[in-house]
Amino acid sequence: MSVPGCRPMAEALLSIRNLSCVFDVSKPWLNRVIERDERRFLTAVASVTFDIRRGETFALVGESGSGKSTIAKMIVGLQPPSGGEIIFDGTPMRGQGGDMRRLRRRFQMIFQDPFASLNPRWRVGDIIAEPIRTFGLLRGSAVEREVERLLDVVGLSGRDREKFPHEFSGGQRQRIAIARALSSRPEFIVCDEPTSALDVSVQAQILNLMRDLQDEFGLTYLFISHDLSVVRHMANRIGVLYLGRLVEVAEGKTLFRDPSHPYTRMLLDAVPDLEMAGRRRRRVEGEIPNPIDPPSGCHFHPRCPLVEPRCRNEAPPEFPRGDGMAACFAVDRAATKEAAPT
Amino acid sequence: MAGIDPEQMKPRGRIYRMWDSDIAWSFRHSPVAMLAGLVALIIVLAAALAPWIAPFNPYDPALLNLMDGFTPPMTPNAFTGNTYWLGTDNQGRDIFSTILYGTRISLFVGISAVLFAMILGITLGLIAGYRGGWVDSLLMRVADVQLSFPSILIALLIFGVARGFIPPALRETMAIWVLIVAIGLSDWVQYARVVRGATMVEKNKEYVQAARVIGAHPAKILVRHILPNVMGPVLVIATIGLALAIIAEATLSFLGVGVPPTQPSLGTLIRIGQSFLFSGEWWILLFPAIALLALALSVNLLGDWLRDALNPRLR
Repeated sequence: MSVPGCRPMAEALLSIRNLSCVFDVSKPWLNRVIERDERRFLTAVASVTFDIRRGETFALVGESGSGKSTIAKMIVGLQPPSGGEIIFDGTPMRGQGGDMRRLRRRFQMIFQDPFASLNPRWRVGDIIAEPIRTFGLLRGSAVEREVERLLDVVGLSGRDREKFPHEFSGGQRQRIAIARALSSRPEFIVCDEPTSALDVSVQAQILNLMRDLQDEFGLTYLFISHDLSVVRHMANRIGVLYLGRLVEVAEGKTLFRDPSHPYTRMLLDAVPDLEMAGRRRRRVEGEIPNPIDPPSGCHFHPRCPLVEPRCRNEAPPEFPRGDGMAACFAVDRAATKEAAPT
Repeated sequence: MAGIDPEQMKPRGRIYRMWDSDIAWSFRHSPVAMLAGLVALIIVLAAALAPWIAPFNPYDPALLNLMDGFTPPMTPNAFTGNTYWLGTDNQGRDIFSTILYGTRISLFVGISAVLFAMILGITLGLIAGYRGGWVDSLLMRVADVQLSFPSILIALLIFGVARGFIPPALRETMAIWVLIVAIGLSDWVQYARVVRGATMVEKNKEYVQAARVIGAHPAKILVRHILPNVMGPVLVIATIGLALAIIAEATLSFLGVGVPPTQPSLGTLIRIGQSFLFSGEWWILLFPAIALLALALSVNLLGDWLRDALNPRLR
């Protein structure tokens, strides 16, 4: 199957094909019968397709409820997909078998809240060593030496392995979480808003650490965030999600300089930016609709400044645009006009 | 403690950390907890060391003299001239010694029953909370049904059914184990409910998800990750549950279905005593009752203190 705007599959470390996730949010059976209610489903992710190339940072952005965390959870196996495929380095990820176990070592996840992602009853050394021990990578005192090396890599002291997580600050804890993620020597790390729980001053340190580690170990990141300034700093390519659908994929620079989709433009206009000082910021208009009962056609049409009649009935396909794509009729028509001036 | 010197930054031993912990601090600053702890400690020590402390062995029928029966406290017996600190019961058993041995049985039954209830309740609670779905529904409906009966009735029922299965020759020796199982089975629901609730909170925390991402086995996640984080509330209900189990044992013995009369527990002594209360032999009832009260109250107060000490909102 062809993916608009993506380079050949050979380069892709992770391929997401038509990935969907539908949650059953019906009331319990007895309530449904008595209240004559129907089953309700929430489509968190609707047929999302994209590739992540080896060595790059692919960012997913979107408002809360847009399905970005759900995609992350499906990729690392915390949430079974309702449909579609996740292909890691040519191997489809599914089930619990031996293949899956070997694959699991090669990807890791860094979580949002460093106060919840470290078990408060475990010593830092045991937390970092858990993946090493689970995958049986090292034995005996080699584990301890590796833990000390990892602590050193993320900028902490080897002696810190004796301590408990509550003895560290938020930024230090996120460093521990990163050391833990690195301990199984993964190629791919899913970062689910890794800095949104941290102070702004600490955010930059963690982001720079993550970039340094990417260069040092040749890591590939899937970076999930709602903070566009963080994404701008980190991402090579960006996917914009709206209500579970991917509305635009573009190179980071292209997206910030020349956003295609009206939703992306709206998001960028709302970003507080020093360069924009003095100019009035435009607010994001309207609210994200209820995902249980999304708008017909293009989900964005009630908020869209470029709305036209067929947007209400027809979901726009992914129109290729540069190295990426945009799912918008208006953008596609404008592009066609530009290409063939009469 | 104040001030930073390099000596303090070094990791200390386990004992030092326990002494320096919040719990120990809270204990040292609560007079009620310290008094209750002292009383409980004295009772537990006295019970544990009963064979060395008690002046008489109340379990040895050969040492009993029926002529010694009904001796009032601190008064020489009218026939034999023997004096007992707390008097004797109808069979001439020294009340003080019998209380020591009885407390031993009460404590043994209480602690064993609580341990049994804890293991059962924690296991089922962890499974129900982590698996969810029909397993959870099934276990919790069983718990609901059991909670709708008074636990002493459940214990009576289990005790009665169990006795039906045990051959008569073994009944005397098995009685104490049947009692432990009966009290334990009537009490597991509390642990299961608390652990289930805490597990449902913990399993969605990111450290559990992090363990799932690397494919850790569910049993390992439950035992190594979730269990240590749900033990706090369990310890509190276990302490209060110990007082309740001791009282449950006393109640069952009082009703005559507990331990055999040849090995009286505190409840059995109170039952024996209450039949002589109106004929003037008050001491047979009073002293075992005081012992039971002191034991249950001190354990209960310790439980209350522990609940407050572990509750972050009350700090």
